[in-house]
Amino acid sequence: MNLGRVRGLILRYFYLYRGSLPRLLEQLYWPVVDILVWGFVTIYLRQFEGELPNFLAYFLGGLILWDVLFRSQVGVSVAYLEEVWSRNLLNLFVSPLRPAEFIAASMGIAIMRVAFTTVVTLLIAYLFYGFSAFVMGVWLWVFMGSLVLMGWSMGIFIAGLVMRFGQGAESLAWGLIFLIQPVAAVFYPVSVLPGFLQPVSHAIPAAHVFEGMRQVLDGAGVPTTHLMAAYALNAVYLVAALAFFYRTLAEAKREGRLLRVGE
Amino acid sequence: MDALTPATPAVRVRGLSKRFGATLAVDDLSFEIRRGEIYGLLGANGAGKTTTISMLLDLVTPTAGEVEVLGLRYPKGREAILSRVNFSSTYVSLPLRLTVWENLRVFAALYGVKDPKACIHELVERFEIGHAMKKKVGDLSSGQKTRVYLAKALLNDPAILFLDEPTASLDPDMADKTRQVLLSVQRERGATVLITSHNMAEMEALCDRILFIDKGRKLMEGSPRQILDRYGRATLEEVFIHVARGGEALA
Repeated sequence: MNLGRVRGLILRYFYLYRGSLPRLLEQLYWPVVDILVWGFVTIYLRQFEGELPNFLAYFLGGLILWDVLFRSQVGVSVAYLEEVWSRNLLNLFVSPLRPAEFIAASMGIAIMRVAFTTVVTLLIAYLFYGFSAFVMGVWLWVFMGSLVLMGWSMGIFIAGLVMRFGQGAESLAWGLIFLIQPVAAVFYPVSVLPGFLQPVSHAIPAAHVFEGMRQVLDGAGVPTTHLMAAYALNAVYLVAALAFFYRTLAEAKREGRLLRVGE
Repeated sequence: MDALTPATPAVRVRGLSKRFGATLAVDDLSFEIRRGEIYGLLGANGAGKTTTISMLLDLVTPTAGEVEVLGLRYPKGREAILSRVNFSSTYVSLPLRLTVWENLRVFAALYGVKDPKACIHELVERFEIGHAMKKKVGDLSSGQKTRVYLAKALLNDPAILFLDEPTASLDPDMADKTRQVLLSVQRERGATVLITSHNMAEMEALCDRILFIDKGRKLMEGSPRQILDRYGRATLEEVFIHVARGGEALA
């Protein structure tokens, strides 16, 4: 791993974002809209919270952490898409840049995107609703770490899909993650799901994170089991996503797909 | 370091073939490029030039045959090879939303250039694009873009330069200036150049040797003079048209 090359590619995205107001605004638009709309809905529903004392915290915490997952995944996928859109992939692939360095740079970018958006959503949640995600203490960072890892895996997997199926598959970068949202237990516990869906939910790292988040918010102790499950699953998915990406790249070289990128 | 000795050719290709489904794009191609020479790859559209260059750059995996660049082979030697070669094509863009400086700075980092600022300034002055350093590449004329692509291709002082139609979008004046810059850089640095172009006069003027390919197969190889003599034609353009229209290929 040559860190100079990783830094070089991160610099490329820094220049891109620095010079593009629409890209910067896109970072904030949906997270801010989401947290404003759902935050006010939550405040309205708070009058019925007798049965569920932590309703606001569950909901806003879920919303903020879901966005960590989403931004992490989009950060990696869009880093690849930016090269497709600018027809720059060939220049990168004929440079000494290794695929692992490309992925490392994409992960770095994803972390920056997550940090930028999360600071804003945390601030809005605190200023508008008096909710501080820091009530989760150190677990907030542990939850975020797990979601960033899951976002990386999904982002790498989606980049592989775009490499395999071409630019027509780019909408997956924004849509695929919502396929798992119903079973990711973001806003409700896994126990709410029908029995046949619960094993699916348990196979998703994010579901363990959100279950753990509710456990912490309820003051019900350290969610060790959930966190161990989340990180173990993340390790498996990350290895699988990398294997898929490398296999797809080898296949793209065999079939000459790299020459047709952007067509 | 690499396996390059004085006797090692810059590029050695043996029995190279590439099949895409039912199409045989490159068919049992063998050739060598000597160190320091300018080698032209000629052929009609679809003859297999791009596929051949792509296999030399590890963008396409061969179906059969061997490729050695600077005495090294893919995939083991990939990083060592690609850090010592570079590529420019009129048809492969750099990010249009980045400025000239930003693009060159990024690629200088990717190629591990020691003193990027000095290197970039020297190249942009040489290609007469110093005044456009702060402009986005997307705002440049096609001729300026081509010169930025060429500057990028020289950032790492490559031992081998792969050029795919480098002057295709340039007016005759700028094309000639670009050729002169390329020639002077090649002479100063002793770089090997593999070039494709549909400008036959340019190929005649630049190339030490030329390889004609058709339907992925080698038709003939030699200096421009040798090729003209063998076909009894006055210009490479006449030879090209003769070959492209199915004329007899002379071994």
